[in-house]
Amino acid sequence: MTGAGTADAVETVFRIESARIIAGVTRIVRDVGIAEELAQDALVAALEQWPESGVPDRPGAWLMATAKHRAVDLVRRKETYARKLAEVGRALEDVPPPEPSDAEDIDDDLLRLVFTACHPVLPAPARIALTLRLLGGLTTPEIARAFLVAEPTVAQRVVRAKRTLAEARVPFEVPYGTERSARLSSVLEVIYLVFNEGYTATAGDDLVRPALCEDALRLVRVLANLMPDEPEVHGLAALLEFQASRIPARTGPAGEPVLLADQNRAKWNRILIRRGVDALHRGGHGPYSLQAAIAAHHALALRYEDTDWAAIATLYDRLLAQSPSPVVELNRAVAVSMAEGPAAALKLVDALAVDPALKGYHLLPSVRGDLLERLGRVPEAREEFERAAALARNARERELLLARAARSG
Amino acid sequence: MPRFLTLIRIDENNAPEGGPSPELQERMGELLAEMTKAGVMLDNAGLTPTSQGTRVTWSGGKLSSTDGPFTETKEVVGGYLLIQAKDKAEALEWTHRFLRVHEEHWTVTTEVREIAENC
Repeated sequence: MTGAGTADAVETVFRIESARIIAGVTRIVRDVGIAEELAQDALVAALEQWPESGVPDRPGAWLMATAKHRAVDLVRRKETYARKLAEVGRALEDVPPPEPSDAEDIDDDLLRLVFTACHPVLPAPARIALTLRLLGGLTTPEIARAFLVAEPTVAQRVVRAKRTLAEARVPFEVPYGTERSARLSSVLEVIYLVFNEGYTATAGDDLVRPALCEDALRLVRVLANLMPDEPEVHGLAALLEFQASRIPARTGPAGEPVLLADQNRAKWNRILIRRGVDALHRGGHGPYSLQAAIAAHHALALRYEDTDWAAIATLYDRLLAQSPSPVVELNRAVAVSMAEGPAAALKLVDALAVDPALKGYHLLPSVRGDLLERLGRVPEAREEFERAAALARNARERELLLARAARSG
Repeated sequence: MPRFLTLIRIDENNAPEGGPSPELQERMGELLAEMTKAGVMLDNAGLTPTSQGTRVTWSGGKLSSTDGPFTETKEVVGGYLLIQAKDKAEALEWTHRFLRVHEEHWTVTTEVREIAENC
């Protein structure tokens, strides 16, 4: 194999294996920042050695072993240093000894890494950046591009996050008991936020950034395999599979958004829908599972007219009872408008209009405009679409809303 | 992330007697589990022999069909992997791993094809 070919092979293997390597090494050095550096060192060693020796039969295992050797060396050096310090009468540094490890622990290490990257001691944007970096294998420029923020901002977030974890001495563990469900919800939220940013970009020119959706989908699939007994993980997996199945139909040829009612359902990805149904069967009754159940009703309706809106409205009732939110209430109002007519829904939406949480949320006037249009109150509908367009931060959504305003002229 | 279909071609006339060894089956099981855990595997399956297959052709406005086995074809599709990967290099790496679990006396040819999206 040529040098360039080997370099490509090394990088590909590294991308596949990096999360597991970082996870395995973090268990030894207890610091994700140092672990990431050691994993990079192993990559450099591979780039130096493989062109000479050839790519090993089990390249992932080679990288893991190399990184772990370096980690153990590092810890030993620190221990020696600490002992010498103690000999001269200073305090012994608290360095944990390296632990024996074998391949079967890799899954646990990966899970610990997920929980560490999503630790609540970090602000949400830092959790997202660190998760994409350590588990999604994304580079800083890739993360910056995906979230439309400057590269130095992302780099700073990642550096600060690693330092915060080290300073807070966040244990490298999967918590148990009540803390587990609290921490798990942070993990699921990060994946959910990454997916949503890709599914409907909050700003910018593109409606959809499918790469982010795919990264989130991959993370949740990995998590579902790591935590098969957690129903909400399967619930979120189901929700994302269903949502992702519609991506090819959500935009038209010019990148313009296509509403659910107008989507060509033949473009929906049936494999993802089937995977969503499988995951939903393993889901529970939590908020993600309920949202997945709603998405399933859409995914399984062969035509828009076949949608069971009454069932969807009932699911929204259950979702509201569990996790009240004005956005969920707004979505419920849409389902009610389809099940019972626009007049019933308009009352609900009008009640929501005073909610300060929805002030500035473009979908409120958008839904209201839709209901008014269906009630024949055209001039009022146009005003609402115009208001929605002014609030929308995504260029594609804004265009669609302005077009609807013009049409109700 | 793009999806890739890896078509697994085998020579039915020269396939190892008795099919895959228990060791191969075990290694394959481990690899497929790893691919599933890595979030890469969407679907995979082996196909029954072409003796149970039928070719159906539409040509000149007419349907015609031929029952298997398709002994005139050296290599037939014996199975497939449907995977989702960052890029073709990653899809190829997983395909290499799939091939490496086989013993030396196997001859397996794979064809890695990216699925055209939005068509």
